[in-house]
Amino acid sequence: MADLIVAQGVGKLYRLGEATAYRVLRERLAEMLKAPFRRREAVAANEVLWALKDVDFTIGESEVVGLIGKNGAGKSTLLKILSRITEPTEGRIDLYGKVSSLLEVGIGFHPELSGRENVYLNGAILGMARQEIRRKFDEIVAFAEVERFLDTPVKRYSSGMYVRLAFAVAAHLDPDILIVDEVLAVGDAAFQQKCLGKMRDIRAQGRTVVVVSHAMSTISSLCQKVIWLDAGRVRMIGDTAKVVSAYLSEGAKREISWSPRVKEPFPFNYDVVYVARGDTGESIDPIPADVPADVVLEFTIDQPLPPGRVLLRVATESGEVLFTSTSADGLTTHAHEWTIGKHRFRCRIPPSLLAPGVYHVSVTEPRGGYDIIRDNILSFTISEEGSLVARDARAGRIAPLLEWENNGRT
Amino acid sequence: MASLDLGEMWEYRELLGFLAWRDVVVRYKQTAAGVLWAFIRPFLTMVIFTVVFGRIAKLPAEGVPYAVLTFTALLPWQFFATAFGETAMSIVGNGYMITKIYFPRLILPLASIAVGAVDSVVSFLFLFGIMAYYRVAPSPHIWALPLFVLLCLVFTVGLGLWFAALYVKYRDVRHFIPFVTQLGMYVSPVAFSSTIVPERWRLLYSLNPMVAVIDGTRWSLLGTANLYAPGVVAGCVVSVVLLVTGVIYFKQTERIFADVI
Repeated sequence: MADLIVAQGVGKLYRLGEATAYRVLRERLAEMLKAPFRRREAVAANEVLWALKDVDFTIGESEVVGLIGKNGAGKSTLLKILSRITEPTEGRIDLYGKVSSLLEVGIGFHPELSGRENVYLNGAILGMARQEIRRKFDEIVAFAEVERFLDTPVKRYSSGMYVRLAFAVAAHLDPDILIVDEVLAVGDAAFQQKCLGKMRDIRAQGRTVVVVSHAMSTISSLCQKVIWLDAGRVRMIGDTAKVVSAYLSEGAKREISWSPRVKEPFPFNYDVVYVARGDTGESIDPIPADVPADVVLEFTIDQPLPPGRVLLRVATESGEVLFTSTSADGLTTHAHEWTIGKHRFRCRIPPSLLAPGVYHVSVTEPRGGYDIIRDNILSFTISEEGSLVARDARAGRIAPLLEWENNGRT
Repeated sequence: MASLDLGEMWEYRELLGFLAWRDVVVRYKQTAAGVLWAFIRPFLTMVIFTVVFGRIAKLPAEGVPYAVLTFTALLPWQFFATAFGETAMSIVGNGYMITKIYFPRLILPLASIAVGAVDSVVSFLFLFGIMAYYRVAPSPHIWALPLFVLLCLVFTVGLGLWFAALYVKYRDVRHFIPFVTQLGMYVSPVAFSSTIVPERWRLLYSLNPMVAVIDGTRWSLLGTANLYAPGVVAGCVVSVVLLVTGVIYFKQTERIFADVI
């Protein structure tokens, strides 16, 4: 197996601060007048940042490699160097073969041009020959499902159509080495599945792929090998399962809780609201998918109140309400007696129910006669650790662990 | 020094074509007059110049109708102004592409010349209409016209590359471009004949390559006055130097385009 990508001691230095992004001629002239003989290349160490440092790796033919790491770990910089958009400050990367990079879909799309025109333009930007685009044109259009709108300017497209067309062009590239940034995170769920399918095809064709994603499910289902970047350096490199689990178990353990500062005069005074791991009671984020997640509400009632219930709504990151649960669901009545004093409610979300992702919690509290909705008072993350989704990238808003029975041949 | 890598440019020739085509199509989409604008703008300028410089200031017209004298100069000037402006803005204007994908960066400024070129071809057709209207026959020197077109192209691209690369680093350039295209028109012999420049200043005046371009265009189309040879040589030298240094500077700076934009 020949190596198609060889990176040796790659480093990329960025200068910080706005003045270095681009410079105003006047400043430069003033500098030169003030100190005409000083070397202007010398920059204080605290103004520079090594976005990448001492990065070594090799990627062989028909290997599919995932690039993971937190935001700012250097993933994007490495992708840009691999795509030849920018050059490394030190070290070198050798690429053997035709490279196509998809850091974004629809580069060069012009809103005034028709779908047909944009396919040709975008194809050319991605490095496809006119002949090649013509040959694949029908396939591209069918994949994007925009046949009827081919001669409509893309500015009249819905965002879904736009993205589908843009991805369709990209999906029909034929490179030796494909470099992909999270372009999969576009479109509706059905289209995402289609894209993922296309990625598997590309893998099946034996192409070399480097893919960056925050979704460990995508990484696990596509890649054989993973490079974990941390603060610009390679933290770990190797077998997908091993690196992904190491990465996930290190997941940021930040505490989440919401404590309203101002005591409101009437009638629920929240002391604290938080989400915790159900097994340890520890308030952390993210919570592994296979442990219960507890939403805890603590408040004080200092005035008499008619009986009522607390209502909890859990919504997905996009705001779609997933389910509603009330404090009286398990009771025979529809209400709690509100005694004056402290109250503590805990709502347990069972393990292996939610798919990995970010969830927002809203609380509705009774205020005697009417309800008050506190929207999105806190959010929590279900991590991919222990999730069925991480295991095989299955589709669905939830990922419940259900009971199966197999009664043989009856 | 980075090499020019013509082989790679050749590989990307279709992209060059597509980008040029995009710029032209987009420019005239949703305009009622469409590509007629390429004629309307120089035509109106011609009317104003003819009235102000021809009728009111009564400047000499080298024996041709003042309108023809001006319109002939407006052709190369309009090309320069449009193509130079587009070229100078091409890198920053397409910054989002530069930060997202690789292709030879030189393609962008080259593709942006297309807009000016299409405009010029359109107004060139109208020039013949105007010449017919004033009964001015094309001169026998018309064979030399392509040479002056080439000179104009070399100068425009040379200066455009310098500005395109400088603009990435220094945003002051944007404020400077209108000076070149607006004041430049009055410095170059667009609204008047360069014969009004005193003889001893003529060579210095010709350091602006547009002087040679405009004089040459008038000479080859209208057969006006004798061409001032030292001026043409000066214009050629300046243009070639600008183009060569422009390409070198551009290739040296392009490595940091994606980081700075």
